[in-house]
Amino acid sequence: MTGTLIALIVILAVVGLIVVAVIGIYNALVRLRNQVDNAWSQIDVQLKRRHDLIPNLVETTKGYQKHERETFEAITKARSAAMGAKTVAEAGQAEGQLTAALSRFMMVMENYPDLKANQNFLALQEELASTENKIAFARQNYNDQVLFYNNRIQMFPSNVVAGMFAFTKRDFFEVGTAAEREAPKVSFA
Amino acid sequence: MWELIRANKRDSVLLITLMAAVLLILGFIIGLAVIGPEGGVAGLGIAAVVWLILTLVSFSSGDQILLAASRAQPVTHEVHPQLFNIVEEMKIAAGLPAMPKIYIINDPAPNAFATGRSPQSASLAVTAGLLGRLNRDELQGVVAHEMSHILHRDILYVMLAGVMLGGIVLLSQVFLRGVFYGSVGSHRRYSSGKQGGGGQAQAVIAILAVLAAILAPLMAQLLYFALSRRREYLADAGAARLTRYPEGLASALEKIANDPTPQLATANDATAPMYIVNPFKKRGKMDLSGWTSTHPPIAERIRILRSMAQGASYKDYAQAFTAVTHARNPIPAAALTPETVALRPPQTGTTGPEKVQRQARQIGDIMRKVNGFLFLTCACGLKIKVPPDFRADTLQCPRCGRSLPLAPEPGPGSGNG
Repeated sequence: MTGTLIALIVILAVVGLIVVAVIGIYNALVRLRNQVDNAWSQIDVQLKRRHDLIPNLVETTKGYQKHERETFEAITKARSAAMGAKTVAEAGQAEGQLTAALSRFMMVMENYPDLKANQNFLALQEELASTENKIAFARQNYNDQVLFYNNRIQMFPSNVVAGMFAFTKRDFFEVGTAAEREAPKVSFA
Repeated sequence: MWELIRANKRDSVLLITLMAAVLLILGFIIGLAVIGPEGGVAGLGIAAVVWLILTLVSFSSGDQILLAASRAQPVTHEVHPQLFNIVEEMKIAAGLPAMPKIYIINDPAPNAFATGRSPQSASLAVTAGLLGRLNRDELQGVVAHEMSHILHRDILYVMLAGVMLGGIVLLSQVFLRGVFYGSVGSHRRYSSGKQGGGGQAQAVIAILAVLAAILAPLMAQLLYFALSRRREYLADAGAARLTRYPEGLASALEKIANDPTPQLATANDATAPMYIVNPFKKRGKMDLSGWTSTHPPIAERIRILRSMAQGASYKDYAQAFTAVTHARNPIPAAALTPETVALRPPQTGTTGPEKVQRQARQIGDIMRKVNGFLFLTCACGLKIKVPPDFRADTLQCPRCGRSLPLAPEPGPGSGNG
């Protein structure tokens, strides 16, 4: 009689401990997932900001549109592709192309000495360079968070809890090729 | 990252407890010496009250007092868009919850500091001299260093430890002055001594108290400075990791170290550990291995940053640190997680040595902007700086005589700032 009682108490205690552990792991996973989402929204803000800067840039450099038709078309096309991206991987691809197009555009515009004296253009150049940096730093932060989160849902014992509540792996925000990874060269000489 | 912050917090608690012990023991001994055998507890109480008041004041408005004392002025985005952008970049990289408030100090000596209670309510101040001299990558390195102080909670620790130091200095100064000018109550009693056991014991205690009052501030200062030197290395490591470009900070430190401008006018002993480099760097304080310096030798900091060839993680910094100094690395072992953090290429085109004259003019311009000057460019190319108290609708260009409207126009490009 007392033997079964002790066994019952032991079983209950073990079950209780497991429940507590599962709750703890579940909460930790939720927190990590929220951090990933928050980091992604930081990238998103900066990508939108870059999309918004491009019309300004086109407007400021309108006078050169005739000579540089191709570069102008390349950035507007890359912009609309980037704005239409749906998944993280797609966005990475499209934003990589936009970065490359912008970098070419800025390089071409560097050749016009009167543009380099234009206050509007210089201010835009700083804003654009900074937005590129913010995207890069936000990506850095996002990828760190994704690494934490993915490690957690793949490692024992949290992988069991992750499986029970359908926590899925997140994609890293990668930019296409090595060349695209470089921010546009904007000099502040 | 979190391991580092946790280890930092542990260190801070330890240090502040030690300093509190020094303060309370000092209070106890002084109490014994001044009031007599029963005075120990009273002295302890007075020390505790002094410390409590100072801590409360510094907690509620310490950052404001410090900023005001260094004559830092809050600035808007228009005054220096690049500084704002760089701070936001570093805020994103560090994943901080809020933008720090940005201040500019109108001083040509290049320096910077961060202050505040928590990452949510931090402030960051840079001097006009710093903005005028550094290029974008270098400024980013300096801002990242300050951001690391904010992220590592060093700002709170510096404030609390500084206040504790202030309390100890205050208490011992009051006592020592009292002794030397003979106004301390029991002074006559023990100095005329030789009246048996009680007087002798009192004399011994008095001597002990004088010794304690001389030594306690020194001890507290050593404790404070030892940890603040370590925090500088940690902030350098953090800056390298945030920017992924250690050369930016290295070259900024080099420029600051080689700068000929006289030291910062508004810095003092208590605030010195807050700055990115010791504001008293000039002759006499350049003691390289000094126990008594608030900052590690700047040349060493530069060499460590420059030997980070493989990557920008804490581990890479720790390796570079050991290679340069042959000492135990200052980063807590728990934070040295294996991670690969690739370095990035420089963004600023390598510029040649800029003309000193041009830099000086830039620094002047930044200071004028902070003070609300209006900048006009005449059609003849002359740039005119109009003081804020100039009251007129038009201004005649001193070179070509055109009359220029003085109505402030919205700044170009940065309309939303």
